[in-house]
Amino acid sequence: MLTKRIIPCLDIKDGRTVKGVNFINLRDAGDPVELGKAYAEQGADELVFLDITATVEKRKTLAELAKRIAQNLNIPFTVGGGIGSIADVEILLDSGADKISINTAAVKRPELITELAKSFGNQFVVLAVDTRFDGTDWFVYLNGGRTATTIKTIDWVKEAQERGAGEILLTSMNHDGTKNGFAVELTAKISENLSIPLIASGGAGTKEHFSEIFTTGKADAALAASIFHFGEILIPDLKLFLKQKNIAIR
Amino acid sequence: MIAIIDYNAGNVRSVKFALDRLNVESEITSDFDKIIRAKKVIFPGVGEASTTMKFLEDNKLNSLITNLKQPVLGICLGMQLLCNFSEEGNTKCLNILPNKVLKFVGNQKIPHIGWNRIFDLKGDLFKSIEDGSHVYFVHSFFANLNVNTSATCNYIYNFSAALQKDNFFAVQFHPEKSGKIGEQILKNFIAF
Repeated sequence: MLTKRIIPCLDIKDGRTVKGVNFINLRDAGDPVELGKAYAEQGADELVFLDITATVEKRKTLAELAKRIAQNLNIPFTVGGGIGSIADVEILLDSGADKISINTAAVKRPELITELAKSFGNQFVVLAVDTRFDGTDWFVYLNGGRTATTIKTIDWVKEAQERGAGEILLTSMNHDGTKNGFAVELTAKISENLSIPLIASGGAGTKEHFSEIFTTGKADAALAASIFHFGEILIPDLKLFLKQKNIAIR
Repeated sequence: MIAIIDYNAGNVRSVKFALDRLNVESEITSDFDKIIRAKKVIFPGVGEASTTMKFLEDNKLNSLITNLKQPVLGICLGMQLLCNFSEEGNTKCLNILPNKVLKFVGNQKIPHIGWNRIFDLKGDLFKSIEDGSHVYFVHSFFANLNVNTSATCNYIYNFSAALQKDNFFAVQFHPEKSGKIGEQILKNFIAF
């Protein structure tokens, strides 16, 4: 049976991990490669590296980092943050990234999804969506959540799927950082409307939140950052807990 | 030396990095001489079947691969291209393995992305690998089961997670991305 994936997300700035990291026995927790390897050893199924500098001049740094990650990691990884063109993607693919995630650039120019899927294959293209509930519906936000749009999230993910996205990474801004659990209802609704895998993100605080998002929430994978980085939930403990709940886990 | 066939497909570099981690000498190359003289050959790849097959034909890599006598390992699309036919672009493939490659059709999510278990492991490629081990898959097409099946997996259908015929080995999953299990499978291939 295909297992549900646990994905730690590492925020990168100028080639270093930024969220406070509280890892035991790590020489340099600020080094994304060291931290990534530690997560792989612990049983992470995949990793996401999100570059939050993502300015043009830092592009090369990101590609160099992607190469070091690819050289050192024996599990798949996604690189995202500020990717806007085929050229950006080519250099990351050439560096050894397994997937790239696109967000704002795809909303501004949806053809980008089509072009990337045609050039590199659907499996290479992860569409990341930041979404917020405004009291009536869920809408798409851009630029790391700073810019609102009038695009309904459900419509956008369906279009992205049509255009060739291989996976959706859905972050609820209402839940992100709260540690009160994932956006279960939204995730379930989106997942039911998609034929491609859905990664849920935002709100993880307890092990129960993960079992809930995999069962009621119908997510194919769950992503979290700080609870892993601060050691509040250890991946081996989480996986054992989920297995005991009869959820398919590696 | 292990030759990794360079044919304009994705994922080639990941395989090279995995061999580097195992301290095995390898080279990404499309040089006929180097490929023929290599101790072993890896035929990796992520991409679309018909365009990739056309690239192989245009560069005469099709007959080169078919006539290789040393151990050859096809990975993912590489495995599918070793079969006789793929529904992806209705492509006539290399026909080294008499399998058909079909598209997943069903209610479940496609592509089949993530870690799944492999069973019915046969042959030295899976030496010391436990039945039911998890490996990493990313694919929308699969090879059917037949006498050449050396590992099975279940997603919507039971399909061939690995194939073997004579000196040709092939895996649908990505050993280079499958953690310690994948490393062991690559080590087994290297040890042939």
